[in-house]
Amino acid sequence: MNAVTTTPQAHGGPESTAVVSSAARARKRLSSPGASTAAIIIAVLWTLPTFGLLLSSFRPEDDIKGNGWWNWFTDPELTFESYREVLFGSQTELSTYVVNSIAITVPSVVIPVTLALLAAYAFAWMRFPFRDSLFVAMFALQIVPIQIALVPLLQIFVDVGLNGTFWPLWIAHSTFALPLAIYLLHNFMRDVPAELVEAARVDGAGHVKIFGTIMLPLIMPAIAAFCVFQFLWVWNDLLVALTFAGSTSDVAPLTARIAELVGTRGTEWHLLSAGAFVSMVIPVIVFLGLQRFFVRGLLAGSVKG
Amino acid sequence: MDTAEKLVQMLIAVALFGGVMGFILLVVGRVRGRTDLVQSLAFVAPAVLLLAVGLLYPAARTAYQSFFDRTTEAFVGLDNYSALFERDDLLIVLRNTLLWVLVAPVTATLIGLVYAVLVDRSRFEAFAKALIFLPMAISLVGASVIWRFMYEYRPDQQNIEQIGLINQFLVWLGFEPQQFMLNAPLNTFLLIAILIWVQAGFAMTVLSAAIKGIPQDIVEAGRIDGLYGVKLFRYVTVPSIRPALIVVLTTISIATLKVFDIVRTMTGGQFETSIVANEFYTQSLVRGNYGLGAALAMVLFVMVVPIVIYNVRQLRKADIR
Repeated sequence: MNAVTTTPQAHGGPESTAVVSSAARARKRLSSPGASTAAIIIAVLWTLPTFGLLLSSFRPEDDIKGNGWWNWFTDPELTFESYREVLFGSQTELSTYVVNSIAITVPSVVIPVTLALLAAYAFAWMRFPFRDSLFVAMFALQIVPIQIALVPLLQIFVDVGLNGTFWPLWIAHSTFALPLAIYLLHNFMRDVPAELVEAARVDGAGHVKIFGTIMLPLIMPAIAAFCVFQFLWVWNDLLVALTFAGSTSDVAPLTARIAELVGTRGTEWHLLSAGAFVSMVIPVIVFLGLQRFFVRGLLAGSVKG
Repeated sequence: MDTAEKLVQMLIAVALFGGVMGFILLVVGRVRGRTDLVQSLAFVAPAVLLLAVGLLYPAARTAYQSFFDRTTEAFVGLDNYSALFERDDLLIVLRNTLLWVLVAPVTATLIGLVYAVLVDRSRFEAFAKALIFLPMAISLVGASVIWRFMYEYRPDQQNIEQIGLINQFLVWLGFEPQQFMLNAPLNTFLLIAILIWVQAGFAMTVLSAAIKGIPQDIVEAGRIDGLYGVKLFRYVTVPSIRPALIVVLTTISIATLKVFDIVRTMTGGQFETSIVANEFYTQSLVRGNYGLGAALAMVLFVMVVPIVIYNVRQLRKADIR
């Protein structure tokens, strides 16, 4: 499953030149002007849109609405006013939604990862009736698009009176994460040498002990990888948020609020630009800090559609 | 609720969950049966229960409701499904979905592949990759705001300057600025461009790893046969990473079929830009037409299934050590 992952130097960087010396070939390729130009064009195309909005978010309101961000270079003026207004202004109050996003995301990562770890351990190292068919069923659930579960699930939450709290979001995110999480973590646990587990059993360790003292430490990188994924997925989600929290309620996350702002105040670019970056700061920090794990997870196939 | 209350609620939820799970583990840790039965139940049951209630039952319920009318009271047979192929607005939805899934995966993969090859083992590789990769960290809502700004239109009048870069380019070149989001079918392609912008980084990362995994002797053999540059790429690189290419293509296809945020944020599905995933939301949760919404969810399911199965098979093949 994770063969690509274990390939050394899976992710770039200077150290990857270790993969024998085809370096010469590559340098030759890049030194050709056509190739360099193409690479630079793609890089610029991919960076410029973000840069434009980022620069705009620091321009005074009148400047943003009056002319394009490229005029900043001839009229350089920077201000944090848009951020102040979007975070604390009474019309937007994004700071509230930052808290909501955090309150939604933390349990929505902790709960499914814990449940998946336990289930994955059972599927990998325990013997019980219907184990294999249950595992296949669990695996097959990955094909169910979450859209198919949303409306009846909402009905359940309304019926039991949980609507309007964080619980629907926590439960929905946890549920939807499970099939992929169990499958991936199972694969990593399967890779732990059986001798290690057997030795512990001979020493009289039960499953709970083996799980806690052998399994968890060994697959920490896999857990970290999945946590990063789940974090980004939940933080950036819009569909689950809109379904179970709406866009203005007490529990709506940043994404839902910003999508709402686009709809109702689509020309207030000083608010939209600053708001968009407020919503991006935390995932980008997490992403850059834990990029190594993210790439590992990506190569192991942890992509949720 | 104020901030402190929310965070306390969050901590209580985590603590409650941790407490319950810890207690279960503590109890079953003391059980010493001859088989794993009791312990395995404690390990598996919570996840299975959650999936049964939160995913399996609702999915079955949606399938059932797709045969009922908008209020899910009267049985209407296949009417919801036939509406998809008869109503003009819904036919456009299907056409757009097809456009998305035909254009986005191939383009994103192609760009990711070309870029991966171009920067492979260059001096700035890590930095160059990070530039393309970063859009993956931001939400599709954030990406939509970024691109809305690119596509922004200002009327072509005296004293009014364009603030969207693309329209400014048109003006610089002597053309009239365009209301990009209103012009079908161009607007659909402009929305697809946003997804390509986000997904190219994924394609690049996976394909770059695959390229680095090509055994050196294969490359040398190609070289001895006189293959260089584009030919080496075409006859050695691409065939060697074929499984990875298919995985990337199918993964992006699945993501494309389910994409909702971009259409919802950019146009709300107006101006002939809606796709199945967005129309599902509009019908079920905005218009309250549960029957049709359920049918749309089922259509999404049916479209995704074959791609997922193919994807998983290729994933296994690609990863044989």
